[in-house]
Amino acid sequence: MTDRPDDRDVRYLETVSRDAAESEPIRSRPTEERSPLNAIAGLNVDSLDPDAPGLSLVPAPRPERLDLEPEDKAIRKGDVDAWGRSENLRALARKVYDPVYKHWFRAEWEGLEHIPREGGALLIANHAAAIPSDAPVIMHGIETELKRPVYGLAEYLFRALPVLGTLWARSGGVPAHPDNAYRLMHDDHQLALVFPEGAKGTGKLYRDRYKLHRFGRGGFVEIAMRSGVPIIPIAVVGAEESMPVLFKSRRIAALLNIPYFPITANMLAFGPLGMGIYFPAKFRLRVLPPVHFDVTPDQERYPRALVMEEAEKIRESVQEALYDMLRTRRSVWFG
Amino acid sequence: MRILVTGLGTFWGSRLAQQLEKIEGVETIVGLDSDEPRLPLERTEFVRADSNYSILDRIVRATKVDTILHTHLIVDSTEISGRALHEINVIGTMNLLAAAGAAGSPVRKVIVKSSTLMYGSNYKDPYFFRESMPRTRPPRTRVERSLLDAAAFVRDFAIDNPHMTVTKLRFSNVLGDDIATTFSNALRLPVVPEIFGYDPRLQFTHEDDVTGALLHATLNDVPGIYNIAGDGAMPWSEVCTIVGKRRVALPPVLTAWAAEPLRMLRIVDLPPEVLSLLRYGRGVDNSPFKRAGFRYRYSTAGTVDAFARGLRLERAVGDSHPAYKFESDVETFFRHSPAVVRGDQPT
Repeated sequence: MTDRPDDRDVRYLETVSRDAAESEPIRSRPTEERSPLNAIAGLNVDSLDPDAPGLSLVPAPRPERLDLEPEDKAIRKGDVDAWGRSENLRALARKVYDPVYKHWFRAEWEGLEHIPREGGALLIANHAAAIPSDAPVIMHGIETELKRPVYGLAEYLFRALPVLGTLWARSGGVPAHPDNAYRLMHDDHQLALVFPEGAKGTGKLYRDRYKLHRFGRGGFVEIAMRSGVPIIPIAVVGAEESMPVLFKSRRIAALLNIPYFPITANMLAFGPLGMGIYFPAKFRLRVLPPVHFDVTPDQERYPRALVMEEAEKIRESVQEALYDMLRTRRSVWFG
Repeated sequence: MRILVTGLGTFWGSRLAQQLEKIEGVETIVGLDSDEPRLPLERTEFVRADSNYSILDRIVRATKVDTILHTHLIVDSTEISGRALHEINVIGTMNLLAAAGAAGSPVRKVIVKSSTLMYGSNYKDPYFFRESMPRTRPPRTRVERSLLDAAAFVRDFAIDNPHMTVTKLRFSNVLGDDIATTFSNALRLPVVPEIFGYDPRLQFTHEDDVTGALLHATLNDVPGIYNIAGDGAMPWSEVCTIVGKRRVALPPVLTAWAAEPLRMLRIVDLPPEVLSLLRYGRGVDNSPFKRAGFRYRYSTAGTVDAFARGLRLERAVGDSHPAYKFESDVETFFRHSPAVVRGDQPT
């Protein structure tokens, strides 16, 4: 923790000297002009360093490519990274959300040791509740327990929304473009979270609870293979009961141009307020052992059959885990 | 090396010619444009030509240039009418490449300066475009269409002339003390426009890195298409904070209508392609050109900071380069007068 700024200085000095050695006569201004900035950066590195005790999250080691150079750190006025995530906003969100996590959902994890402390990985989970309650619980849980950020991959649509889209991006949301996922996990060694069921999972009716939908077309397996990272399946129990969908109106959904328009039990219980109030279902999350793929990363494509087979295996393992957890659950509310 | 530079009358053409003059291996620099060069040039030969280069064929044969630097692609739709833009970008590039590829042509290298504008800006975009990725929505503005048309000519040219080195550089938005772009104009305003509810990720390239990248491609053989952008990506709000400006929001709906009065009052011209950039932003992958050996002098944050410093100085003394004042008569005297003893200077 203490030696990192020094490391950086050394590395930076190296680049500067290399720079000076290589500098060509065609450059209009000498590269040495950087040095005053560097001196300023050297002074400020400590106060801006995310490893400093004031900040709670320790970012996973990143490759040099996206590592902000010291002078950049001195210049930057905010903490929004290249992915649009703001650690300050996440810290605030964690503070606000913590009572909900601890006292409302009383989330309990098992198998957290399966999530790597560093390096990229793709987290996948079952998806439920009309307005998904699982994504915030998973992201909050991992960020507080493991002290490393989680990027939630989701619909592009969020990005198109004013205000909401910006807040979503600042709190770690990233559009689920395959190349975004690849860069996050392969280049930046981060954790990405994705729900392979997508809106089919959250839009399913209460009578279908804990029955997993198909896992898309296996795209999540392909991108993990390409990125050379493991997939870590997570089985979530509790989200289904936090906001159960009783009916769906296809007509209103078509009118509003949204994937589904649910009538939830929460709406019946609390009226319009039910759109935002979850039932206090007990959350249990089980992290399953990482699935590693025995393929060469960075390939253009992978055999369809292999991708589908792996996707189905993962889906089954999550489904099995869910049934297993439900067998031991005595009460929806107390677990 | 014998080099032909198009668009000598533009900022980039003049800048580049100025830099090329300092390089010893460059024997001849011929510059084409319909306007006079913007900067004082010593040994560059200026040829006044129309912007669609109908006489280029003869110039290429007569001067035996081996390298063509095509800097004259217009990417700022506010500076010119749509018709003229098409003439310059599409017809100009077409004629230029036809002359360069004619039988017996001495040309061995063609470098084209384009823009990341051709990727567009849409909510379905990846956060970092690779050179091979297509845009996610068909182009709607004339400038984007013309850049795509020009890109198609360059691609065909590269296929038809495998013995030539064809490099195309796509630059992200440029900031610098000397260049006026839509973004630098916007950031010079007392309050800076934004679109309510959106805070897009943007990348900037410093003007010195633009000439640096073009020179890198000129002096080395780096065939292919490359994105050029300072490292990192930064929200627009932070750009404004670093520059020290407050923001004023345009409405998220009917934005173009709201921007129209700003254009009519000549406050700032925000064409549709800039408005969508202010909504969704854009990022490109700049690593391939780094792997090709180019070292950036400025990151995105560094570019914005350098711009902010220049702006502060400008506010204080009314000029961003107070140290150097060019007086053309005196300079001409130093350059051409027989009274000046020139032993120690390169001619």
